Amino acid sequence: MIGPFVAVMFDGFAYGMLLFLMSVGLSVTLGMMNFVNLAHGSFAMIGGYVTVTLMNHLGWPFLATLPAAFLVAAVFSVAFERTLFRRLYQATDLDQVLLTIGLVFMSIAAVAYIYGTELQPIHVPDYLRGFVTLWGVNFAVYRLFLVAVALAVSALLVVGLEYTRFGAQVRAAVDNQRMARGLGIDVDRSFAYTFALGSGLAGLGGALAVEIVGLDHSFALVYLVYVLIIVSVGGLGSIAGSLLAAIVIGISDTAGKYYFPYLGAFLIYLVMIIVLMWRPAGLFGRR
Amino acid sequence: MTAPVLATEGLDKSFGSLVVASGIALAVPQGARYALIGPNGAGKTTLINLLTGMLAPDAGTIRLGGQDITGLQPHERVKRGLVRTFQINTLFPHLSALEAVTLAVCERRGFSGTWWRALTAYRQDIDEAYDILVKMMLGADCHRQTRELAYGQQRLLEIALALATRPKVLLLDEPAAGVPREESAELFTAINNLSQDITVLFIEHDMELVFRLASRIIVMVGGSILLEGTPEEIAADPRVREVYLGGARHG
Amino acid sequence: MTMTSATVVEPRALLLAQNRWHPVEIAFWLATLLPFYFFPSYLSLASQIAIAALFALSLDLILGYAGIVSLGHAAYFGMGAYTVGLISKLGWGEPLSLLVVGALSAGLLGYVTSFIIAPFRHLTLIMITLGIGLLLLEAANSASWLTGGADGLQGVRIWPLLNTFEFDLWGYTAYSYSLIVLFVVFLVARRLIHSPFGLALRGIRENAVRMPAIGAPSRTHIRKIYTISAIMAGIAGALIVETTETVSLEALSFERSADVLVMLIVGGAGRLYGGIVGSIIYMVARDQFSGVNPQYWYFWIGLLLVAIVMFLPNGVLGGLQRLTAGWKSRKP
Repeated sequence: MIGPFVAVMFDGFAYGMLLFLMSVGLSVTLGMMNFVNLAHGSFAMIGGYVTVTLMNHLGWPFLATLPAAFLVAAVFSVAFERTLFRRLYQATDLDQVLLTIGLVFMSIAAVAYIYGTELQPIHVPDYLRGFVTLWGVNFAVYRLFLVAVALAVSALLVVGLEYTRFGAQVRAAVDNQRMARGLGIDVDRSFAYTFALGSGLAGLGGALAVEIVGLDHSFALVYLVYVLIIVSVGGLGSIAGSLLAAIVIGISDTAGKYYFPYLGAFLIYLVMIIVLMWRPAGLFGRR
Repeated sequence: MTAPVLATEGLDKSFGSLVVASGIALAVPQGARYALIGPNGAGKTTLINLLTGMLAPDAGTIRLGGQDITGLQPHERVKRGLVRTFQINTLFPHLSALEAVTLAVCERRGFSGTWWRALTAYRQDIDEAYDILVKMMLGADCHRQTRELAYGQQRLLEIALALATRPKVLLLDEPAAGVPREESAELFTAINNLSQDITVLFIEHDMELVFRLASRIIVMVGGSILLEGTPEEIAADPRVREVYLGGARHG
Repeated sequence: MTMTSATVVEPRALLLAQNRWHPVEIAFWLATLLPFYFFPSYLSLASQIAIAALFALSLDLILGYAGIVSLGHAAYFGMGAYTVGLISKLGWGEPLSLLVVGALSAGLLGYVTSFIIAPFRHLTLIMITLGIGLLLLEAANSASWLTGGADGLQGVRIWPLLNTFEFDLWGYTAYSYSLIVLFVVFLVARRLIHSPFGLALRGIRENAVRMPAIGAPSRTHIRKIYTISAIMAGIAGALIVETTETVSLEALSFERSADVLVMLIVGGAGRLYGGIVGSIIYMVARDQFSGVNPQYWYFWIGLLLVAIVMFLPNGVLGGLQRLTAGWKSRKP
């Protein structure tokens, strides 16, 4: 009896870590610039397609595609930020929403055009497949790998934020942009780097997600919803908030679908609405 | 001895370790013209936010006309007669001046929820709004959109909006902020001509305005009230000079 | 605008002018009769456009006038649609009474959810509207025993309108009915816009912070307009079922919420006619390109959104307004 429960919890936890990778960038950039970037899901999707293309068409090893996914997503995000986003930092929520939704639609259509609408096949290396048995429970190797990567990234983020000058600037800008500018911090440049980093992480998350949830052209929209829920629930600008919210959502979704299939995705929407009503700025958000 | 029209006791507010208000005690009599001065960051705007309900205090009470309003929502306090203006113009950019003031009148009169009668049917109320604008020297431009008005006119519109609510107590947050010396005469006239039925508490850095208009001055520093007194007393007090370094006018 | 102390400016003058029916408006509504004579084979499409216009108008009231960005407005459209569908399956197919019931059920849902959305703004508000829409969709999907799931409701039968006019494939009844309902709702919306309440809504949109400072109970206003908007969306949803005798999950979908948002933005929000103009453009274009793969359609829609935000922020009507200097009724 315990076995399946632990397995479900672990699956949910792993799923949550994946969602965390995809969400953390959006949380920080929203906290910094208040720019509602619904195209964030597209960056995750791009990462997924990079991995699939490199592996299936160019024969790259899986692990090598991960940094590539990160980089390509980051580059795309920089291109969008330079040309479009930076003109809208003072614009209304509606304009930001419309612009970025427009980009999502375009990215989905572009991907469907190039790759078709089928689920993309992927064959992760053998050493990442199968199960290991720990304490009588079977844990999927790939999910353990996923958790390991996510934890490593989280550790790097925390260390980076706390101990580097760049990190201090980001924290200041998230905390109080006006004051940060007044102190001479180049907020725009910090934001550009943070944005690239966050989008790159989303790309990495997308690449890792292919094996777990599958990749097709609707990925950008489907996972956008999850990411938005996590960011709102966790609180804008909070890495800890994103982590906690991602784990909660990951476990709720997995456990919900396992134990109450009738409820489906219903549960996470309900969780989100209730959390937002209780804490409109999210669990760890300010304001 | 008549009760003060606006009073607070032991008003406290902190954000974590940052204390923005500490033990604020006020007693403003009816018809008074009080000025609230102090260096930047002294907590003057915070006090206005506490008084109007935009910020909830950690402790203390606020009384309006003797009644405890500490628990009331901001719009409820306005209905009771406690009204403020904003230091940075907080207006309705695409509404004309007339529409904006008419809106305030409609809200006051309680029919802003009526959706089946045309606005133009409320002749009396539009006329009332127009009269307020004329008093604020905005009559000629009443049909222009707020965002097209000159800065000084917008500051006057700030006050017009507040007047439309028929306040008993008017809190003006730096009414002269950003208005060049040459144009502040209109502003002065507007504030000076306010009816004695209205009690006025205003924050200002423009010392000339303060000394011409105020009957009493309250000095705030670091979230507390340092002292209060008549303009002469304040001008003579060495502590004030120390705090202000000669009363330099806010740029 | 100069004034001497002797001249009394009639303060209501400009406001009265805004109330008056502009000749272009009258011409527009007369033009809606043209399809009967010139495009009789397109009456079904015209009926769909009228319904889409009604839905877009309902969104305009909350988005263009009160500033509430909703990504889940299809919830109310779908509510109206499913109510009509389900009752008709139970055996009652009289269209006018179904319309009323559909509107009321959507209105009730709107009223209840208005308490949830009213206190919030910005991202939180957007997320909550999205969440409500997705929640309802999921619920409808799960309750497939009730809603027919992805296949939709089977066996919806609508009786002839006023016992005489059958809803046939030609669309005469459908278009006449939809057009009349659209016009009546439009008149209500127009009245609302020019009322004190309409002014209060614009106040909320223009500066939500200032409203409580002038004594406005913003949340009450928001709840009221949200409920009214939900009723109108429900009417649109009811109409679509009555004119097509089908209802499926599509009526509650995110696509439906996104489409109506696009239509409103294309036409220009906050201009009363924006939703109508945008719907005509969108639906006609979609009909013209109906052979095209839906994927590619959304590519161009996406590009259109980007282009509008960057170059034409107030939509077609906003652009026209800038062009025509003599546009008398200065729409807010």
